[in-house]
Amino acid sequence: MESGIFHTTYQSDMSLRRTHAQKIRIILFLLFMLAFPFFANRYYLTLANQVGIATIGAIGLNILVGYTGQISLGQGGFMAVGAYAAGIMTARMGLPWWASTLAACLVTALVGAIFGIPSLRLKGLYLAIATLAAQEIILWTVTHWDAVTGGVDALVVPNPTLFGIQLNTDFNFYWVIWALAGLTAILTINLFRTRFGRAFIAIRDQDIAAEVMGVDLFRYKLLAFAVSSFFVGLAGALTAHYRSIVTWERFTVDVSVLYLAMIIIGGLGSVTGSFFGATFMTLLPAILTNLGRALKTSLPFIDSIIPFVQQATFGLVIILFLVLEPEGLNKIWRNIKDYFRLWPFSY
Amino acid sequence: MLRGFRHQLNSSTLQPGELQLRIEDLQLSFGGVTALFNVNLELHQSEILAIIGPNGAGKTSLLNCISGLYHPQKGRILYHRDGEHDLTRLRPHQIARLGIARSFQNIELFRHMTVLDNLLAGCHVHMRANLLASMLYWGPAEREQIEFRQYVEDIIDLLEIESIRKQTVGALSYGLQKRVEMGRALAMKPAILLLDEPMAGMNAEEKEDMARFILDINEEHGVSIVLIEHDMGVVMDISDRVVVLNFGQKIGEGTPDEVRQNPVVIQAYLGEDRSVFPFKMAVNNTSNRG
Repeated sequence: MESGIFHTTYQSDMSLRRTHAQKIRIILFLLFMLAFPFFANRYYLTLANQVGIATIGAIGLNILVGYTGQISLGQGGFMAVGAYAAGIMTARMGLPWWASTLAACLVTALVGAIFGIPSLRLKGLYLAIATLAAQEIILWTVTHWDAVTGGVDALVVPNPTLFGIQLNTDFNFYWVIWALAGLTAILTINLFRTRFGRAFIAIRDQDIAAEVMGVDLFRYKLLAFAVSSFFVGLAGALTAHYRSIVTWERFTVDVSVLYLAMIIIGGLGSVTGSFFGATFMTLLPAILTNLGRALKTSLPFIDSIIPFVQQATFGLVIILFLVLEPEGLNKIWRNIKDYFRLWPFSY
Repeated sequence: MLRGFRHQLNSSTLQPGELQLRIEDLQLSFGGVTALFNVNLELHQSEILAIIGPNGAGKTSLLNCISGLYHPQKGRILYHRDGEHDLTRLRPHQIARLGIARSFQNIELFRHMTVLDNLLAGCHVHMRANLLASMLYWGPAEREQIEFRQYVEDIIDLLEIESIRKQTVGALSYGLQKRVEMGRALAMKPAILLLDEPMAGMNAEEKEDMARFILDINEEHGVSIVLIEHDMGVVMDISDRVVVLNFGQKIGEGTPDEVRQNPVVIQAYLGEDRSVFPFKMAVNNTSNRG
């Protein structure tokens, strides 16, 4: 506990930012995010946008896996639902991008809830397999339902506009993506300050006790799937509008695993962790690519093995993380904060 | 409302002494093993009823039937609150909604939440804010959280756990966890509180504290309590009535003094001549079934 801070109402004691350090940190972060696009070049803006979309998707997955304890390998499939729903509604039905995005979120929430039904009987690895089936069913549907999705062909989505501004550059899209990422983060943090979020965590920690406390497991597990899929669908819909093109290759089971890796490395059951994980897993391949390019010029003979080294490094980093800091980047961040909070009397 | 409680802790609508819970001919078996056989039981408002018996007697099974975790093959569980409810076929969360709260033999807290969040999770059935308002944490949703925070603080005060309210439950000592678990059950504003060995593994001082809390809850707030406990000293001191189970059957019932004198009970506990039983059930003496 910090000294010198006295909360005299429950309201202030229950607020999200309770100390000056917390308030200063969030302001600095916001300033950085606001200033970033004015200084970054196009490459970094692209990366930032990818991180933003990944953050939304990771928060969505974390609601289900990290907070509610229902493991899911269907992330890629649910993102595909969001992307195709948004893409089809804009490209074929002419809906404005924001309307198709919202509709896509709702569609994905519904699909997620339907594929969440097995979770009532299945736990752990068994549920993982059931959600893997969801992933495959969705992707199969997407590639074979030619009349609606266009099958294996790419679906072209027109550029969105907002207040008359074409969202066709990374700079313009940055604001949309990060505004929605911020909104997702706030909504999720709030969710876990109320009965819904507590019920989700209760189901994860001790489902029988949760039931005896009055939590309807059926309802709340499906709700967790729906809320999670809502945000995953948002990530998918943003992918569609941002890339202007929807292809099924972007939503394979690899994506599901990648997102699971994000939240495990970032920190299960944490919004901040989702952000860290999404950042890390998006930037690491980019860094490795750049490193590979730099090496290629100085050491031309290793050119052919660079892709494999990149893959291996990627895997190695994940393994090292799991071994050295199983609670993820969020735990490291907490340790850093604690160090400065207690400094110089850290005993 | 006593002790400065800002909310009613007891949600029962009955007068003290009125019939609250009646268990009729309850029969429960797992495959060939009979856990409960023709158990009849009555609980009256504001009573402390202790259930005792050797390991494997069916005590926890009985509690599990009441809270809906087990469904008996035969018999009925009737509960009075704004009319009569048949609990026999209800699911656990529906029974919780009717005001029956419980603690577990092996602590079943939400380990990664703080004490406060555990207690607030206990308020689940009483919170009303919808999903959208909750995610915006706006207006009624925030007011509701603050209102229940006040209520939960009163429970924290009652159970004397002020100093640990923001600690993660998994890191607490066993005795404190037991206390928090009771607090979480109280957060449900129970009409009946089912306590499964609330004092197991405690030292004398902790037991005294716990006994005091149980008496406080019962005497000041009028909550009916069904208590499973192995410490006979505590049972005889605090309970109004005692029911003795052995091999899934009720072998004795009465005030603590009557039970103490009951020869069948004495025999069950001392394990002497078992021929006094009407007939013997084939039961495996597995301890976890309670």
